[in-house]
Amino acid sequence: MAVTTIFGARVKRKEDPRLITGQGTYVADITPPGTVYISFLRAPYAHALIKSIDTSRAVAHRGVIAVYTGKDFKGKIGPVPTGWPITTEPPIKIPEYYPIPWDKVRYQGEPVAAVVAEDRYIAKDALELIEVDYEPLKAVVNQEEAVKQGAPQLYDTIPNNTSFAWHLQGGDIEKAFEKADRIIKQRLVNHRLQPTPMENRAVLSIYNKGTGDFTIYATCQAPHIHRLLLSSMMQVPENKIRVIAPDVGGGFGSKIPVYGIDAVVGIVSREVGRPVKYVEERSENYLATTHGRDHIQYVELAAKNDGTVIGLKVTSYANLGAYLSTASPGVPTYLFGLMLSGAYRLEAVDCKVYGVLTNTAPVDAYRGAGRPEATYLIERMMDILAMELGKDPAEVRRINFIRKEEFPYTVCVGLQYDSGDYERTLERALELSEYSKWREMQPKLREQGRLVGIGISSYVEMCGLGPSRAVRGTGFALGLYESATVRIHPSGKVSVYTGTSPHGQGEETTFAQIVAEELGVPVEDVEVVHGDTSAIPWGMGTYGSRTTPVGGGAIALASRKVVEKGRKIASSVLEVSETDLFFERGKYYVKGAPSKALTIQEVALLSYQSDKLPEGMEPGLESTTFYDPANFTFPFGTHICIAEVDKETGSVKILRYVAVDDCGRQINPLIVEGQVHGGIAQGIAQALYEYAVYNEEGTLLTSSLTEYAVPTAMEIPEIITDSTVTPSPHNPLGVKGVGETGTIAATPAVVNAVVDALSHLGIKHIDMPLTSEKVWRAIREHSSK
Amino acid sequence: MKLKLTVNGKAVESEVDPRLLLVDYIRDKLSLTGTHIGCDTSNCGACTILVKFPWSNKFVSVKSCTMFAVQAEGAEIKTVEGLSDEKLHPIQKAFWENHALQCGYCTPGFIMQAYAFLQENPKPTSEDVRRGISGNLCRCTGYQNIVKAIIQASKEMEAK
Repeated sequence: MAVTTIFGARVKRKEDPRLITGQGTYVADITPPGTVYISFLRAPYAHALIKSIDTSRAVAHRGVIAVYTGKDFKGKIGPVPTGWPITTEPPIKIPEYYPIPWDKVRYQGEPVAAVVAEDRYIAKDALELIEVDYEPLKAVVNQEEAVKQGAPQLYDTIPNNTSFAWHLQGGDIEKAFEKADRIIKQRLVNHRLQPTPMENRAVLSIYNKGTGDFTIYATCQAPHIHRLLLSSMMQVPENKIRVIAPDVGGGFGSKIPVYGIDAVVGIVSREVGRPVKYVEERSENYLATTHGRDHIQYVELAAKNDGTVIGLKVTSYANLGAYLSTASPGVPTYLFGLMLSGAYRLEAVDCKVYGVLTNTAPVDAYRGAGRPEATYLIERMMDILAMELGKDPAEVRRINFIRKEEFPYTVCVGLQYDSGDYERTLERALELSEYSKWREMQPKLREQGRLVGIGISSYVEMCGLGPSRAVRGTGFALGLYESATVRIHPSGKVSVYTGTSPHGQGEETTFAQIVAEELGVPVEDVEVVHGDTSAIPWGMGTYGSRTTPVGGGAIALASRKVVEKGRKIASSVLEVSETDLFFERGKYYVKGAPSKALTIQEVALLSYQSDKLPEGMEPGLESTTFYDPANFTFPFGTHICIAEVDKETGSVKILRYVAVDDCGRQINPLIVEGQVHGGIAQGIAQALYEYAVYNEEGTLLTSSLTEYAVPTAMEIPEIITDSTVTPSPHNPLGVKGVGETGTIAATPAVVNAVVDALSHLGIKHIDMPLTSEKVWRAIREHSSK
Repeated sequence: MKLKLTVNGKAVESEVDPRLLLVDYIRDKLSLTGTHIGCDTSNCGACTILVKFPWSNKFVSVKSCTMFAVQAEGAEIKTVEGLSDEKLHPIQKAFWENHALQCGYCTPGFIMQAYAFLQENPKPTSEDVRRGISGNLCRCTGYQNIVKAIIQASKEMEAK
């Protein structure tokens, strides 16, 4: 019999039948009998004192059940905690972050009052009847402005709006810069983005008066963390709260944070004694759900004239928004600074990051979180270096790559990269993109008036967050292990419980594939359960490309324990020693007598009948495992973008896009490609289109999808994907994670291509997004010189 | 106001507020929650359904957040729940086979839009498909597999 394997197969997703027939269950779809609706009045000002609030007309409105302001929750709902108060000296300053402030608002869209009503339309009507007397204050939205003397201050307790100054040093930076033939300086802006999952946030809380239990359905990426932080805010013990994340319509980081509103919905459900539902509108999602990125970076790269890079100095101003969201301090620091070496053998890195509070929506993780910013920085600098030296950017990368034989490789800031063959992905991408052909054609095309550029991005990312010892050292509030339970029922069917919380990534399928492979049972017999704190022992959730490396690792280990227990049972039933049994494709065989065998599913039934179990063994066939990875995983690859700029209009068209990624072993290549496609689309979007814009008063100008430029099918090109496979030695499956690859790799590839197209004009850099207007202006400025 | 219409082949009568949006009517009054809301400004297309107006004999795609329920008086509407019975519609099947969805939130809207598009363009090129679905936003897939799925569905539907 030919050995086929389910691990690595392009299995159609198990989650799809319900989603393509309209039978998915998202939070907004759930409406228990008696449900009432809550809507929030949001501040029109970015910075203002609340002098008074008059809710009397709203209270009297027909159909209104209750109206609340921040004062009503004083002492009843605690502040929103920060989950990642990073370690710095002096210590990080954390502002008090109440779900509904009563004295001052600090960003446009911050909630100031809430109406509970019989339906959403009535609630919205009543919001208009609330009168708030504000005293507007001068706002500050830009982080470089916010740290200046005399800037408006958000908090009396946080001078210069600076929450922290973080410093990372690796290697001898002074020596590196002394050795350099040249130092390249560049200011880079990694602008603000609105994550835009297609499903806005929603919360439904059901309070059981008899038991005092809350059931809270929430659009979240980490239900157990949600429960823990809700417990702290609601002042209700964790074991009285059940958080369920049903089908969740994308998150991209913006559904990791726990929002103050979620605690309000919970407490109000107890106050009014009816289920309370909140469904965010898109404008609210844009105003008040976390944004991403927003760094201003000053970079100095020390290099030799032969193209060798030696050292990198970075000073970054990270805009954190008005408050510290759940993971926000860690994103622009640890997740950024540690990755600044990229794929290269840098001798020294020195990185200072100022975490700055401004009158804007809180900023937290957005797909890639810190790592896209690091990759964009180093990959832009590699291209600028190549341009200054007149060298081929592929060659400059090649000479600086960490070599295949050097792994595991410890970079100067101390991370140990697991495995890699960076040059191989570069060579493959050069080949697939027909790089040399385009390079040859480029000058000829220019003569014809066509501006074509080629952009390379060779990246390495840190995934599989993360080893608890490492992350606890950064100030992260908990460890980042993952739990899994694998249970074979008496019928032989299998339930798998994971503490990760997939919301589009397809782990109901890939995790079933892992278990089917490990236990040798049909994939159809495996059901994956996620997103329910009552069903799952504990979990850290889905983000940081951790679901498969960490959550999948836990599942593999739990499965292996089940197989071992089954072996003991089989040996007892078959009356042979354990060493005389071998397990293959779901069956325990007796060595030398292959007809004498038991399937693991038969063993499961025996385990529940329990009379034939070895002395002292407990019944049942299941295992719960907590897996804490030994290290991060480091996926890598090369993306190449070939883009043409219309010199009359400045508009950019991508002619070809090639992605060669290495995420270690692939469980389901169909899903891997999907993750790559989607990530690249978001990466292209940052490079060319999307930009969250505040004016000076702190008004968000991109507060709907009419203004915020999410690309359509017309803007995103056909992507050519390929992969190499370098297993990670750091986890039981050899997988590395692929969820954020696209946003990490694509943005610099696209910008490098556009700048390359314009390099003959002397253009060295243009800050993103490279809209037609910006590109056109750059062409015009440089052509007139 | 009284409202009479046909929903997924069944006659329905309701009493509705004149200001009730069609999408809220479908989701909240009829409990057909496969039609989603993503933007409130008719940009995203998550609420796309098919409507056959009384004066017409064919379905057109409509963003149901842009219509009041009462404007559907006398019309026949089809939502994702009404697209297939026991067997998947070729468009649904192609979405499944080509991994054309991830979180699935935009998917019903894309499927309904694909239905209306293929009715008018039975033999589209990829470029045609991209233009045809450009009123719908997907944040997960990068559109590539959606385009592939719609092309595959067009071939299957042509063959029938």
